[in-house]
Amino acid sequence: MGLFERLMHIDRRIIFLCIALAVLIPFIFPLRLPTYVTRRVKDVYDRIETLTPDDPPVLISIDYDPAAMPELQPMTLAVLRHCFSKDLKVITMTLHQAGPGLALDATSEAAEEYGKVNGIDYVFLGFKPAIAMVIDQMGQDIHRAFPEDYFGTPLSEIPMIADIHTYDDISLIVTFAASAITEAWVAYANGPYQEPVAAGCTAVSATDYYPFLQTGQLFGLIGGLKGAAEYEYLIGVPGRAIIGMDAQSIAHLIIIVFVIIGNVAFFVQRRGAAGGGRRG
Amino acid sequence: MRRQVPLAICFFLGVTMAIQYFIPHRVSLVYGETIRTWYLIVFTFALVLGTGSLIRVHWARIRRRASGWWYSLIAMGGLVLTLAVGFFGGIGQEGLFMKLYNYVQVPLEGTMFSLLAFYIASAAYRAFRARTLEATLLLLAAGIVMLGRVPIGQSIWAGFPRITEWILEVPNLAAKRGIMIGVGLGMISTAVKIILGIERSWIGGGD
Amino acid sequence: MSTDLWVWLAALLTFCIYSFLYRDNPVYKAAEHLFVGVSAAYYLVIYYHNSVLPNLARPLWAAVTEGQHGNFILIIPGILGIFFFLRFFPRGGWLSRWSIAFYVGSGAGLSIPRTMLTRIIQQMQGTMVSFIPTQAWRTLLAEPTIWNGLWLMSVPLAAVGVLCTLSYFFFSRPHRGVLGVTSRIGIVFLMIGFGASFGYTVMARISLLIGRVYFLLSDWLGIIE
Repeated sequence: MGLFERLMHIDRRIIFLCIALAVLIPFIFPLRLPTYVTRRVKDVYDRIETLTPDDPPVLISIDYDPAAMPELQPMTLAVLRHCFSKDLKVITMTLHQAGPGLALDATSEAAEEYGKVNGIDYVFLGFKPAIAMVIDQMGQDIHRAFPEDYFGTPLSEIPMIADIHTYDDISLIVTFAASAITEAWVAYANGPYQEPVAAGCTAVSATDYYPFLQTGQLFGLIGGLKGAAEYEYLIGVPGRAIIGMDAQSIAHLIIIVFVIIGNVAFFVQRRGAAGGGRRG
Repeated sequence: MRRQVPLAICFFLGVTMAIQYFIPHRVSLVYGETIRTWYLIVFTFALVLGTGSLIRVHWARIRRRASGWWYSLIAMGGLVLTLAVGFFGGIGQEGLFMKLYNYVQVPLEGTMFSLLAFYIASAAYRAFRARTLEATLLLLAAGIVMLGRVPIGQSIWAGFPRITEWILEVPNLAAKRGIMIGVGLGMISTAVKIILGIERSWIGGGD
Repeated sequence: MSTDLWVWLAALLTFCIYSFLYRDNPVYKAAEHLFVGVSAAYYLVIYYHNSVLPNLARPLWAAVTEGQHGNFILIIPGILGIFFFLRFFPRGGWLSRWSIAFYVGSGAGLSIPRTMLTRIIQQMQGTMVSFIPTQAWRTLLAEPTIWNGLWLMSVPLAAVGVLCTLSYFFFSRPHRGVLGVTSRIGIVFLMIGFGASFGYTVMARISLLIGRVYFLLSDWLGIIE
């Protein structure tokens, strides 16, 4: 068996091992590659930067499950830290059934870092099913969609949110989602109520939202772990995303090398087979 | 009647909820709010039903001692433990319920999906071939985006991020918008067919 | 290295799943089934605490004990919800269709105008506006660079790309003549778009692995901060 044929039939566990090492080694021996910021992430940052503590609260919807956590939790934390560092009031919620645990973790972690108090500086509304209905209902009356917060306290008894009833009482919405929930926020909050919406999403879905960016239906987009790293860089608080960029870079290079080797092997084999056929 | 009444309910609600969007009168707003509030409650029961079906399947496997029934026992054991802890212990951050979530569900689900990293590398090596012009375009675009979206790409050549941005904002935008419009037309026509009773698969079989 | 037993449990479960990379085995299957059971129960508990209690049970209780009689109307969606479970009984199963009709019909009606606005009208608006790139002109005049010049040409190009992509999906006529040319151009745009999606998908999958490796090295072993 020639070299290229052996390469074409390599045991996939060797490929798995290469990927594992490509991710593991940069963590232990970091390259510390510089991060650069893209326009769409900066748009989110700049918009939140314009807000002041006297402005209405920011609504952050944390709509993902543990499968998307590695990409979305870092950007959620970065945006929460940004809001809390500016003493903005924050309302967090989730429309994903597996989201409450992650949303509660992110909200509490960021709030604790900045000494923020539940009910005064932020509120966690918890989870509601029926995504489209909830988003639409919040445009009419948030208290009907969420009669209580996650801990069972009636919203009317929470000072921060007692007078917050519709999207008119909210500065902007940032949704972090791994699925079509982002589109639901655009369709049911931005469309009918013209509420400014920004999205943080997994890299898988990021390319699908560029049409919304061009029309202004989304005013910014934080896509994938790279987007999270950019936001961490902008707020000056490095976290898991920036640390992961070295591993991301090396893994991408390895995969590109795999694709090149695979194609070279394929074309050499194909030419060899064609040449053998002509000789025969 | 057992099919006509649900079809009539579907038609009435579909038409009224579509028209309600355009009518700012107080009666219309109250109607819309009422239906949305009811929907939240009804939909919750639908989700609960899905979990009930799961319990039935695993319980049947345990009862019959079917092949691999001990795995179903593990599933049911995890389910009963989490239910008990959640209903009686509450859902606060420091409770056992959240510990089970953070240290059992999160690592299991996160690790399961992280397996995809290995499989996508293996698939890219074995199957991603520039056989045709279209495949070559796809491969080139993917390679440029993969380099342009990581710091090492900018270190190799400062042009990678700019070309990546152009690819995303121009040809990618055009393609995704075309797909979005097509899918949107499909979604609307499906919704209209459901409301008019042309699409009846949701009713199921029987009388 | 962590001394928290919960972290050790999480690390153990992580390796149970990763054992699948070598080959399928009972340890992986056991971990998979544990996940199925725990997550199903988690969702049930969350539905109960976050939806059933605040939106149904407590308002009904308030109707009985605090005189908020308007809340009694919530009995109707409560009954519709219970109808779902009649699917398990042959004689009453037809009642579950009422519940399904309720949420299918209202969901379909709610979605039509909003989908039309978001996916059709505003997208068409964005495409038409692109044919006259005033913003790109202003940017070029303010900062005359090659990149801004390229951008000025690209904005209407994207609009042409949208039309060509749509022409590719028009299957009512054979793709010949003018339609053949535009659909070929549409394919080029689609392939580049899918290539960008694939590149991002690779990025996403690697990120998931990075997350787990970070947990193992940081939370479990304590090797990195």
